[in-house]
Amino acid sequence: MDLIANHISHRFGDLAVLDDVSFAVSAGEVVAIVGPSGCGKSTLLSILGGLLQPTSGAPELRGAPPADSLNPLTFVFQDFALLPWATVEENVEFPLLHTKLSAAQRRAQVEDALRRTGLTDFRKTYPKQLSGGMRQRVGISRALAVRPAILLMDEPLSALDSQTRELLMEDFVRLLADGGMGAVYVTHNLEEAARLADRIVVLSRRPGRIREVVTVPMTRTERGEIAARERLLALQNQIWSLIRNEAIDAEREVQHA
Amino acid sequence: MLDRAGTPAKDETTRRVRFRGAGFVPASSRFGGWIALALVIAIWQAAGSAGLVNPLFLPAPLAIVRAIYDLAMSGALWQHLSASILRIGVGWVLGTAAGVAVGFAIGLSRLARSVGITFISALFPIPKIALLPLLILWLGIGEEPKIATIALGVFFSTAISVYSGVDAVPRNLIRMAQSFNVPFVTIVRKVIWPGALPAILAGFRITASVALLLVVSAEMIGAQYGIGAFVLQAGNLMQTDQLLAGVVILSVFGLAVGKVIGWLETRLLHWR
Repeated sequence: MDLIANHISHRFGDLAVLDDVSFAVSAGEVVAIVGPSGCGKSTLLSILGGLLQPTSGAPELRGAPPADSLNPLTFVFQDFALLPWATVEENVEFPLLHTKLSAAQRRAQVEDALRRTGLTDFRKTYPKQLSGGMRQRVGISRALAVRPAILLMDEPLSALDSQTRELLMEDFVRLLADGGMGAVYVTHNLEEAARLADRIVVLSRRPGRIREVVTVPMTRTERGEIAARERLLALQNQIWSLIRNEAIDAEREVQHA
Repeated sequence: MLDRAGTPAKDETTRRVRFRGAGFVPASSRFGGWIALALVIAIWQAAGSAGLVNPLFLPAPLAIVRAIYDLAMSGALWQHLSASILRIGVGWVLGTAAGVAVGFAIGLSRLARSVGITFISALFPIPKIALLPLLILWLGIGEEPKIATIALGVFFSTAISVYSGVDAVPRNLIRMAQSFNVPFVTIVRKVIWPGALPAILAGFRITASVALLLVVSAEMIGAQYGIGAFVLQAGNLMQTDQLLAGVVILSVFGLAVGKVIGWLETRLLHWR
């Protein structure tokens, strides 16, 4: 199943946020969206996931989702969005409650999702008892439980410390390694984008337009090798040179706002 | 270099950095409140026993305890208390049920919000006891107007606390549920209801005192039995020990209700 941004524009009142953004995410592909602060990255992701109506254009799907997918487009949120009154297990089960799965099937899917994210021993824990990294793991586990075709990740690591970020990054690389699941990964961190994505959509400052779509010239396996670090760094520098001036302008704009 | 910087020269005197972080963390001791209460009662009793206070104006605590005992033995305590509890119970349940329903409607529906908030803003400030004569006119002399007064008082506070609670449910949780295509009813049941529960239970504390206030007022205006009627009769007959016995019973009742709500909060909001 492909996800297509078809000429998407959006305004909040008089404020134009996105202007004619078009690109496609093929099945199993990981696409990162980067750009200066306030360029509409998160707005674009909300539109792609059907949580926000664009002013014009539309998000579209092409092809059928995998047969076992209960929620083809699934979000992983920056602030985790966990139910504080529910245990880890209940949080992961929450999106399955309204499906036609039997209790036994639900339990099996929850079990599988918990295992894949290393949360099996924390099933009875409440979110407030967990660290930020573990909470995000619950968010990822909940997303995996519905067997998504494409993960929509809105700066999933930005609320975490650098060590936890690194650990979760390794988890993302592992989860997306086999190409069975695609992702749209919104980030302001160019290193994350270069390590994870097959293609990087670079947006201009507000109103966000596509400045460039950069293809990462390495396979996912190659990106994990030490020898690839220099090339990834060069790629990051290339993207940074594309957005640096606009990032400075955006920063000044935010300060004056 | 670093070591040298950390060691003062021999002729320099050192002084400790003054601790400035004390205070602003009030912690109540477990028995402090009870000890203070016992002290006040002891002083009060001592003043009464020493004849420093006229028992007509302020009977000693032991006289009040004796009055409560006599009331209990004669069966009058239960007669008055049961009448008040029945009125509070029925009025509170009716007011709460309506308040929760309307509060949720206002919290979830644009139409209900635009209509409901206008009405609530206009009617909430009215002292509900002022409506009792009108309610007597509509509902007759009996239990109904008293129950309706309590229900009205409870309704407005409950509706306000419920829709404020619904408004306070983090929007990111609702968006999360929507992103998983969770149906509206499940979102209300599994996200909005538990999310609004802290505010709803806080509202219960307020409505419990509102109900107590209104039952006493209503019984003072038109009732033969009930703690309010008893307190009024005792006052008219200058039986101040009986009057204060009624006040103590009200206080104990209020405390008991507070404890029940506290227990509910501990049970239902253990995740906080």
